[in-house]
Formats: sequence, C-alpha cells, structure tokens
Amino acid sequence: MTPLQIQLPTWTAVAPTLLLGLTALVLLLVDSIDPDSTRPGLLAGISALGSVATLAVAGWFLLAGTGQDGGAIELYGGSLIVDGLSLFFTVVFASVAALVSIASYDYLRDRTYQAEFYALVMLAATGMSLMASAGSLATVFVSLELASLPSYALVAFLKKNRGSVEAGLKYFLVGAVSSAVFAFGISLVYAATGSLLLSEVASSIGSAGDLVGVAGVGVLMIAGGFAYKTASVPFHFWAPEAYEGAPAPISAFLSSASKAAGFAVAFRVFAVAFPIESVVPMGIDWPLLFAVLAVVTMTLGNFAAATQENVKRMLAYSSVGHAGYALIGLAALSSGGPNGDVMGASMAHLFVYGFMNTGAFLFIAMVERWEVGRTFEDYQGLATQAPMACVAMTVFMFSLAGLPPFGGFLSKYALFYSAIQGGFWWLAAVGAINSALSLFYYSRVVKAMWIEDPADSLDLGTTPLGIYVAVLAAAVGTLLLLPAFGPVVETAQSAATALFA
Amino acid sequence: MIIEALIAVTFAASMAVLLAPDRVAGRLAAALSLLPVVGSLYMWSRFDASGNALTGGSIAFETMVPWLELGGYTLNWHVGVDGIGLPLVVLTTVLTTLAIVSAWTPIDDRQSQFYGLMLFMEANLLGVFTALDFFVWFVFWEAVLLPMYFLIGVWGGPRRKYAAIKFFVYTNIASLAMFIGFIALVFGLGDSVSTLDMPAIAQALRAGELGGLHGISAGTLRSVAFIAMFLGFAVKVPIVPFHTWLPDAHVEAPSPVSVMLAGVLLKMGTYALLRFNFTMLPQTAVQFAVPIALIAVISVIYGAMLALAQQDLKRIVAYSSVSSMGYVILGLIAYTVYGVGGATFQMIAHGLISGLMFMSVGVIYNTTHTRMVGDMSGMADRMPVTVGILIAGAFGYMGLPLMAGFAGEFFIFKGAFESTVTGAMPLFTAAAMFGIVVVAGYLLFAMQRTLFGAFRLETDYEVGPAALHQTVPLAILLVTIIALGVAPDIFFGMIRDAVAPLLEFGGEL
Repeated sequence: MTPLQIQLPTWTAVAPTLLLGLTALVLLLVDSIDPDSTRPGLLAGISALGSVATLAVAGWFLLAGTGQDGGAIELYGGSLIVDGLSLFFTVVFASVAALVSIASYDYLRDRTYQAEFYALVMLAATGMSLMASAGSLATVFVSLELASLPSYALVAFLKKNRGSVEAGLKYFLVGAVSSAVFAFGISLVYAATGSLLLSEVASSIGSAGDLVGVAGVGVLMIAGGFAYKTASVPFHFWAPEAYEGAPAPISAFLSSASKAAGFAVAFRVFAVAFPIESVVPMGIDWPLLFAVLAVVTMTLGNFAAATQENVKRMLAYSSVGHAGYALIGLAALSSGGPNGDVMGASMAHLFVYGFMNTGAFLFIAMVERWEVGRTFEDYQGLATQAPMACVAMTVFMFSLAGLPPFGGFLSKYALFYSAIQGGFWWLAAVGAINSALSLFYYSRVVKAMWIEDPADSLDLGTTPLGIYVAVLAAAVGTLLLLPAFGPVVETAQSAATALFA
Repeated sequence: MIIEALIAVTFAASMAVLLAPDRVAGRLAAALSLLPVVGSLYMWSRFDASGNALTGGSIAFETMVPWLELGGYTLNWHVGVDGIGLPLVVLTTVLTTLAIVSAWTPIDDRQSQFYGLMLFMEANLLGVFTALDFFVWFVFWEAVLLPMYFLIGVWGGPRRKYAAIKFFVYTNIASLAMFIGFIALVFGLGDSVSTLDMPAIAQALRAGELGGLHGISAGTLRSVAFIAMFLGFAVKVPIVPFHTWLPDAHVEAPSPVSVMLAGVLLKMGTYALLRFNFTMLPQTAVQFAVPIALIAVISVIYGAMLALAQQDLKRIVAYSSVSSMGYVILGLIAYTVYGVGGATFQMIAHGLISGLMFMSVGVIYNTTHTRMVGDMSGMADRMPVTVGILIAGAFGYMGLPLMAGFAGEFFIFKGAFESTVTGAMPLFTAAAMFGIVVVAGYLLFAMQRTLFGAFRLETDYEVGPAALHQTVPLAILLVTIIALGVAPDIFFGMIRDAVAPLLEFGGEL
C-alpha cells in the first residue's frame, strides 16, 4: 500500500493528535457559549465522538502504513515523529478516552464544571498522544507536562471530597518532584551530548568521553521520570492514593492511558537515544536497571494488592504490578537480541491492558454510583442484582490474572515468551510466578460477587446506562482480543522493530 | 466445518440460556443441548479417519487456519477428530444433555446462570477433545475450569466455597506445571518445528529430534518434561496422591455437576495423558513403566479402600472414581492395543457409569435430603425404578459382563497381562484385579444397608417414586451402557485403529 502522506501534506500525519486537541477546544467553546449548560449528553457526546474520530484516523493511518512503510515521518526538524509506535499508542489512548467519556456521562450527573472535566480529559489525551510522538527531549518534557497538569486537576475534581483533594495534592507533589528530576536528567544528557534530538543524542553519546558519568546520571534521572509516569517503583507512592481518591473514570484513565503514555515515551527515548550497542559497553546498563525495577515493581505491586480490603485500592496496586510486567519490554533487551519482539510484546500487553483495566475501574465507577461500599465485603452478592455487569467484571479480573480464554492470557504469554527468547528466562519466571499469585486477589472479587451471599438489604437502584455501555464494550474488547491478538502483536512488534533499526 | 459449528452452536446456546428468564432456562437448555448431540452423532455416522491424529493418520472433519504468529512459531486454529477424540465428543454431548435434564429438580435458584454455565462448559470440553493445536487446546482446557468453579461455588453444598477454591487452585497449579513442561519440550525441539501444532510436535518427538536446552541434555529434558506434564495431568485424573480435591469437590457440587465432573472432566486428564505423555514421549513412559504402574495399582487399591470407609453415598462413588481411573492408567502404560484401547474405552464406560451412579444418588437425595448410609434403609420399597437402575449401575461398576464396564476392564486386563514394558506387569495386573473385589465389597455393602431391608427414613413427608423426568436420563444411560457392553465395537473399532500406531516406536530407550 502507498503511504497516505505521499498524496496528503506531511503535517496531516499528526491528525490524530490535532483531533484530540481540537475536541478539547470545541468543548471549551461550547462551555463559553453556554456556561450553565446542564446537558451532559452533549458534552460527553462531543468528547466521545472526538475520541472515536481520533481512534478511527489513527487506526486508518496504522493500517495504511503511515510512518511505517518508507520510514518514520519527521516534523519540525525531528521534534515530532509519526511512526507505528506513536499511532499504535494513540489508538490505545483514544480507546480509553472514548470509554472514559461515555462512562463519565453518568458519573458526573448533577455535578458542576462538566465541560471543564471533558476538556481536561481531552487535553491530557492530547499530551499523551504527543508524548508518543515526541522526537526530542524538549518535546518529551513539554508533552509530559501537558499530559500531567490536566491529570492533577482531574484527580482533585471532586473538590468537596477530602480524599479526592488529598490525592490530587499528593499526585501533584510527587509529580513536581519527578518533573524536576526529569528535567535535570535532560540537562545532564544535553551537557554530555550537546543535543536534545533523540537521534543526535544517540550518535554523539558514544563519544561522550570524560562525560560518561554525567550522561549516566542523566539517564538514571530520566528513567526516574518515567518510573513516575508509569507508576513503577520507586516513584509509585502516588499511585494507590491518586487512583483511590480520584473519580473512578479518572482512575481508569490514569492507570490505563497515562501509564501507556509513560511507556510509549520511555520505549522511544531509550531505544532511540541510548542505543544498547553503544551505551552498555560504556557502563550505562539501563536494561539491567529496568530489569531490577521490573522485578521489584511486579512483586511489590502484587503483594501489596493481595493485602488490600478496598477493591479500588487493590486495583491500584495491581496496576503497579502490571507496570512491572510491561517493564519487561525495557528490561529483556540485549545487544543483538530480538529487542523489537520484546518491546512489541510489551506494547501489545499495554494495548490489552488498556481495555481490561479501564473496564475494571469503570465497574468500580458503577459500584460507586450504586453506593454499596468499597470493600470486598460490600461487593458480596452483586451478581444477584446485576449479572451482566458482573460477568464483565469477571472477564476483566480473570483477564488481568492472565487466565485463558481472555486477551490478557495471550498478551502475558507473548510478553513472557519474548523475554525467554531474548534469553531473560529468569525475568519471565518471576513474571509467571507473580502472575499466578495475582490470581489470588483477583479471584477474591469474583468470589465476593458470585459466591458469597448478598447482604440483607442490597438495593442497587437504577442502572447507569453510560457506564454500563462502557463496561460491556470494554469486556467485548477484552474477549475479542483473544482471536484478534495476531494483528495487534504483529503491528506492535514491527513498530518496535523499526525503533531499533 | 462441523466441529466449528458444533462449538459455536453450543456457545450460542449458552449465551441464549444465560439471557433467558429463569423459569424456562432448564427446558430451553435441554432443548438446545440436543443440537450438539445430533451434531456429534452425525459426526460418528460420517467418521472416516484412520490411524492416530498425532502420528500422521488421516483426521476427520479437520480444519487448519493460521491464527497468529509469535516469535517464529505459528499458532493455528487446528481442530479435527480421530478414533480417540470422537467417542469423547459423543460422551460429552450426551452426558451434558442428561445432566441438564437431571438438574431440573435440584436446581431452584439462578437457573439461567446455571444452565448457561453448563452449556459454556460443554462448548469448551468439545474444544478440548477436538483441538489439535497446543495453544487452542490449552485455551479450551483452562476455560473449562471457570464454569466449574462457579458451578461448585454458587450451587454447591455447605462447604462449597472451600471446595470450589480448592478445585480451582489445585487444577490451575497443575496446568502451570504441565504448560512449562510442554513448552520446554517445544524449545528443546529447536528449529525442527515452527508451530505449536500437536501432530507436528508429536511426530518430531517420536522421531527423536529433541535436542538439549540451556545446557540440559535431551535425555534429562525429556524426563523432566514428562514428569512435569504427568504431574499436571495427574491432578486432573486424579491419581493418588493428588486426589484430595476430588472428594471435596464432588461432595459439595450439586449432583448434575458431579455427573459432569466425574463423567467428562476427569477424562480430560486421562485424555491429555494419552495425547501428550504416552503419545509424544513413549520411550520415557516405558522408562518410567514401573513407577507409573505402581501408582496406578495404588490408586486402584487405595481409592477402593477409601471408598470402603465412607458413610456418604456420594463420597463412596467419588472415591470409586479414583479407583477406576487407576485402571485407565494401568491400561495406558501397558502399551498394547488392548491396554491403551481398553483404557480409552474405559474412559467412555466410566463416564457413563459414574454419571449414572451420581445421577441416581442425586435422585435419591432429592427425595430423602440425606446421603448418609446410616440414615436410610429399604429405599427399594419406595423408589423401585431408581433403585433398580442404581443397582444395575453398581453392577456395571463391578464389571458385570454385557455392560460397558466389563468390556473396558476386560480389555485393560488383557492388554496389561500381555504387556512387556516391564517384566512385573502381570504382577501389577493381578494386584489391580484385586481392586474389583474391594469395589464389589463396598458397593454391595452400601447397597444392602440403604436399599434393602425394612424402610426407615425420618421425614415429615411421604417418600415416593421419583418424577418421570428424573428417571428417563437414568434409563437412557443404562441402555447406552448395556449397548456398549454388548457391542463395544460401536467405539472400540475406531479406538483400536487410532491407538495401534502409538505402539510402533523404535529408537533407544
């Protein structure tokens, strides 16, 4: 197939990102025309439509080979890059944003500042999409802030709720610290290499000479910035608080899309700017760093999740655990190994994770709407009242645990398998053991919903339609990703392989 | 395409039943479950395979479509049946329908979910017995566990939560061991296979193309993988000492679920042992012939002894399954046409007979609300038809000639006596045959106390014969058991044809 941007102007390659930004502006425009709007349907509709349009365009570009056949498309002197990786992750962000927008329709009912909420979600999504296409450390930093600032506000959105405000503040403080660390890391790398463009950093880091130490500290600090964004150890402390305190749709958005965005940019920066062939012999062994982080993150996330009594907090820690699995994509790399396959498998896992984790948090949103409580005990007997929604939640839980026949099984299998192929069988073994342990706490939710007897006075009231639709859509996605996993993982692996070329 | 249609129709039926109102769910599920029965009987009538599917024989109703590619390995949607798979497919469809009908009386809560899960489980079981690609097979294999977990956990007896979790954890850990063992073998084969296709892998392994892996020699790898897979499947079968989940699961599960558990789910374990361990690594199996035959005999005797000690009718039947599965293992390790073929035939026979036993114990329990041997006596007076069928089933268990159990056990003993895998085989066989005596002992003893004598049962209602829809499935099962006993060739012809190629393996031991 001929790449589209031969007929179209080159700038159209960033159309998905522009569409997201445009949607945010339209939402603000609607709000300024009619600031007292009490029509949540219109706002949620615009937001969902914008996300779906982005999803469609990004998917179309991906299938048409934009930025893949004939090399990546570079804009603004290489500051923005559109290739398979950026489009692949934009599909993830747009899918999650669409699900979250649909679900927020019910969640935000009777609340003020609705337009601002949707606009902030869209702006954050724009920032994430930019992160995935950032080609220089400067754009990385700017887009990271663009994604983060709306997120802080969204976490604290329920401003009358102490938990939400506290979570927002913690998120902001940890975010500010890690931004500072990140920016300092960039400056050190700049000092050692004299460039911010990823490709130029790559070509000059080999001749850093005496400044190897400076460059090494810079790489370490940049890795710290990513650890924050992906909620990995040691910058994971904010995650349980923020996910628990935030409105549940925002928890879904942050733990799925924001995490994926962190990985998108980390994949590109480390694969392109710090090539293993040249930096590892210099002593900057970042795959080893990520291997340690992966093991610690997945183990810590799993054990912390197993001890929770609050379902939302359990999911928050499980999200930390999944960051550990995805880190395998940065860890099981070696000079001359099947690096593209490993990273691609991690991308495919994040893709599947986008559906199953978003769905799980949206189910929590539905339970919050029902006002039955937050602990495992409060979930008892939900299946007697809402069987379809509980079927969907069961799908998410078992898929997160990596059981067949759901998408999460194949994506974890592909990930561990590619790690073994790369020679990191011990990493795969730790992952597999953690994955088996995780079945314990995921099945607690299932057990509470289906097997325990309901409390005497379980009355759920009306079914929130928007959340219901979003949850079922996510469940169908999780199921369909089992038979349709082939194209996803192939696209991801070819996109990742292109990074290492 | 008929296998895809069979699985898809069953899935669709499970969804339809899940969404149906509780009132009609049982009837609807029974009606819809007739579709796969008709489909599987049609497959039986048009069956044209010869040889073993894994060793290069022709495969009936085969389809193979590429699914996805992962790190140099192609995963295919590959399904088809041979003389081993087809009888199990027929067993699954028939037994599911009968179990669904037998559930009409005891299941009075959340019916649409119950019957939906039963059909969902059937669809996955059909997948297990027809899949010829490891990955597809594994997906179905694991997917069977989920509905079973809910069926025990939601509709079970007082200790259902404990039993469901125990079942789930045991079998999942077992699956992990098996999975690792098999994947290690595939890695060991190196470049000689590029798919997870079971026939390709089986043929490569039988041709001795296994290489070393990460400094482990081929011989060690073969033994370790064999043991890992054997342990994984042994839990499912179950073989002593991995049987402890079984009595809990059986006692807590509602009777129709016990029927499926004993009738079909246990067969997954023996089927997988035959397909993987005994087909793919015959030399290693023969190497381990003495320990395997020994634990088979221990399963037979110890299972029977445990059954002898029970006071609960359902526990008696549950432990006797452990004993019967021991015979199957003994037949498999014999490596003779009658041994392996008899073991396969015994899977069908035991599926039908244990199904009949659990179902009739269930019918009695529906009336008496107790299963304790000491609580009742003289049931024959009040429920003559049910009791008559139960006694017939018990004799089938003991191996009465002209019933399926006799044919199965006779083939196994004949095959095991002829076997040359180890010089001690006749000795093991003789020891295992002693198990029949114990079986006859505990079954007759329990029957005599509960069914005969003066009627005694403390109830505040009149105990009378069971409803017609409870007795009809029992009668159908009994007729099938006798038909298979009189004419084992309904299945044994194709089974013999499918196991014969397994016995031809040369190469170093």
